[in-house]
Amino acid sequence: MSVLVYTESEEGNFKKIALEAVSYATGIAEMMETTVTALAVNGGDASQLGTYGADKVLEVSNDKLSKFNAEAYADVIAQAAKAEDAKVVVLTSSANAKFMAPLIAVNLEAGYVPNVTELPAGTSPFKVKHSVFTNKAFATTEITTHVKVIGLAKNAFGLKEKSAAATSEAFSPQLSEDDFSVKVVSVDKATDKVTIADAEIVVSGGRGLKGPENWGMIEELAETLGAATACSKPVSDMGWRPHSEHVGQTGKPVASNLYIAIGISGAIQHLAGINSSKVKVVINNDPEAPFFKAADYGIVGDAFEVVPQLTEKLKAFKAQNA
Amino acid sequence: MKILVCISHVPDTTSKINFTENDTKFDTNGVQFVINPNDEFGLTRAMWFKEKQGATVHVVNVGGPETEPTLRKALAIGADEAIRVNTTATDGFSVAKQLANVVKEGGYDLVIAGRESIDYNGGMVPGMVAKLTGANFVNTCINLEVNEDKVTAVREIDGGKETVSTSLPLVIGGQKGLVEESDLRIPNMRGIMQARSKPLNVKEPVDASAETQTTNFEKPAPKGAVKLVDSVDELVNLLHNEAKVI
Repeated sequence: MSVLVYTESEEGNFKKIALEAVSYATGIAEMMETTVTALAVNGGDASQLGTYGADKVLEVSNDKLSKFNAEAYADVIAQAAKAEDAKVVVLTSSANAKFMAPLIAVNLEAGYVPNVTELPAGTSPFKVKHSVFTNKAFATTEITTHVKVIGLAKNAFGLKEKSAAATSEAFSPQLSEDDFSVKVVSVDKATDKVTIADAEIVVSGGRGLKGPENWGMIEELAETLGAATACSKPVSDMGWRPHSEHVGQTGKPVASNLYIAIGISGAIQHLAGINSSKVKVVINNDPEAPFFKAADYGIVGDAFEVVPQLTEKLKAFKAQNA
Repeated sequence: MKILVCISHVPDTTSKINFTENDTKFDTNGVQFVINPNDEFGLTRAMWFKEKQGATVHVVNVGGPETEPTLRKALAIGADEAIRVNTTATDGFSVAKQLANVVKEGGYDLVIAGRESIDYNGGMVPGMVAKLTGANFVNTCINLEVNEDKVTAVREIDGGKETVSTSLPLVIGGQKGLVEESDLRIPNMRGIMQARSKPLNVKEPVDASAETQTTNFEKPAPKGAVKLVDSVDELVNLLHNEAKVI
């Protein structure tokens, strides 16, 4: 018996969400009095996973898996779960994890709950709390199957160091032709930009910015903060910014440490999508904008004046604290 | 090409979310139900396949009679036939099993579902239907072209997009991008009239037990009041010393 956690990496480095998932898996393993096995596919430094509580790391090194492929990766994870007799499989809530999770769940005949925000209240019955209605509510759900698959929400559990040593083992999955029936032709990804999914800070602009030509100051603020840029739905619908930046109920969810909303009124659908961000700042010239009710800090003022001032101030602050 | 579009019947995005019966059930009182937005993008793309490539488009929902107006709306938008699997949707897996049975019996080449429903945000039904029926699967799909049985699809990934090639039979989890917001169709009077006479077949469910069971709901703790500040100096100070996020 064990808890298996799949650890995502990019270019040979484990992602922060992967380390969070290991911390979470360690918490479950303690409750179930069992061990944590981490699975890494062409991953990073395995000893790093021990720091967050992994007892064993299964390392898969295979050129066929150099690009993410949901069917193949799901197959590898299911094989590892069987080999390790895993009772719980912990995944993240990344786009790739959400792609694979249902395939793994069917393969393992396991019940799956995504967007889980905390450790189970108990493991028998196995009940987890997860966000529903795009963060407008939480549900507590019992998983009744023998094996359970959990998708951990981003930035919900945090990192917990345990400083144990992990043993490493090579793991060689059996891959078949069927695993590659969806072939990746090309990947178009800006490598120099922080993604909304990985960002600690997100700077978001709305209709109040009046036009796409005014986004320079948003990008400059984001660059100063090392933040990702995002936008509201109307802005993406009008084509001012790409769809990939649209955050909200029908766009991307945001769970950053800091979310700065500029010229966004705060429609209920937008607020739902950004609700799990820890600290929210609003800059808007309309003191009646609904966003102020959902924010932690606010400045009532003209974005065209406030944003450049804020960028300057932050540059000075960074220089001072560098 | 036979296309099945899976339609989830969900509260409108502006709905207030409340619970009833001791926080065990979603309170539908005063709530307007609509086609799940992610499904509507897929349905609209399916209309393109119907008009340009002669595809047949059926829509399906797993749910009670109360979901029929939502299916009628899909017919008014242009679907040829609707199927309602007559059972209460309990969890993602049991819904996927019902849908997989519809897919197998109907011999569909392409199944279009939304990436996730905006109510329970499970995001598992499309992938599970693919796995249960042995079809290929592309999630977060933002562009889809089908030529004979060859498929080229674009999917959104964290920080970019990825182009994949695959073949039918295929299940996709779709979202905005499959068509634009401005391509969405509001049913016209002719469509609404025609929809009344199009078949809406009620199908009895197959045996499919749930794997998860939601026991109760809760709403997030109320938020403290916003702290309004007058200067960016004060804001940076608070973000650094109080919120500790910079």
